Amino acid sequence: MTKSELILRIGALNPHLYHRDVERIVTTIFEEITNALARRDRVELRGFGAFSVKERDARKGRNPRTGETVAVEEKVVPFFKTGKELRDRLNGRSDVPGTGGDGNTLTSAASGDAGLHKESGNPGGN
Amino acid sequence: MKGKTVTRADLSEAVYQEVGLSRNESAELVDSVLEEISMALTKGESVKISSFGSFLVRMKGERVGRNPKTGEEVPIKPRRVLVFRASHVLKDRVNKGASS
Repeated sequence: MTKSELILRIGALNPHLYHRDVERIVTTIFEEITNALARRDRVELRGFGAFSVKERDARKGRNPRTGETVAVEEKVVPFFKTGKELRDRLNGRSDVPGTGGDGNTLTSAASGDAGLHKESGNPGGN
Repeated sequence: MKGKTVTRADLSEAVYQEVGLSRNESAELVDSVLEEISMALTKGESVKISSFGSFLVRMKGERVGRNPKTGEEVPIKPRRVLVFRASHVLKDRVNKGASS
């Protein structure tokens, strides 16, 4: 799915809105997230995930073609961590793609055999 | 300004300011945008948002993990994980800092 397809779907769900407005709505959402990250703020969207930035120290890199050493400046990189609900939905217990999204596929407390997925030590999980 | 957390409420507010809709409807639209993305991903589709980034679903094979507390070996079942790859535009914006 691309951004324009996303806009079309949202438009189809909201026939009373002008296409132009749907476009602005979708654009605004990603703009807001971008602006927040540019301020180095965190963006937490419950059930979906969290965007944040990570700082990378300056380091010495190498031009792989010439072998020459180059200085890489410190920088920040955007980072996304999938939220628990979405992670669970991606792994809806049946594992059959396409069954998700009926709002009923939340397997959070999957029948106890899923061992590891119990998620200890992540109070920030959203 | 550092260390603030932006939430759904802030996104709804931005939509509310930008388009002449009610606060309620703005909030619903933010939810439905996230929901449409989630649904596409759940179907295994990738989602590409130009000048922002792409969300890709990757299959991870089965491997043997270890409970870090007990040292016990536990099989980790094959699963699907979501990866986000930021676009160059987003990377550049983030490195230029707050310019808006």
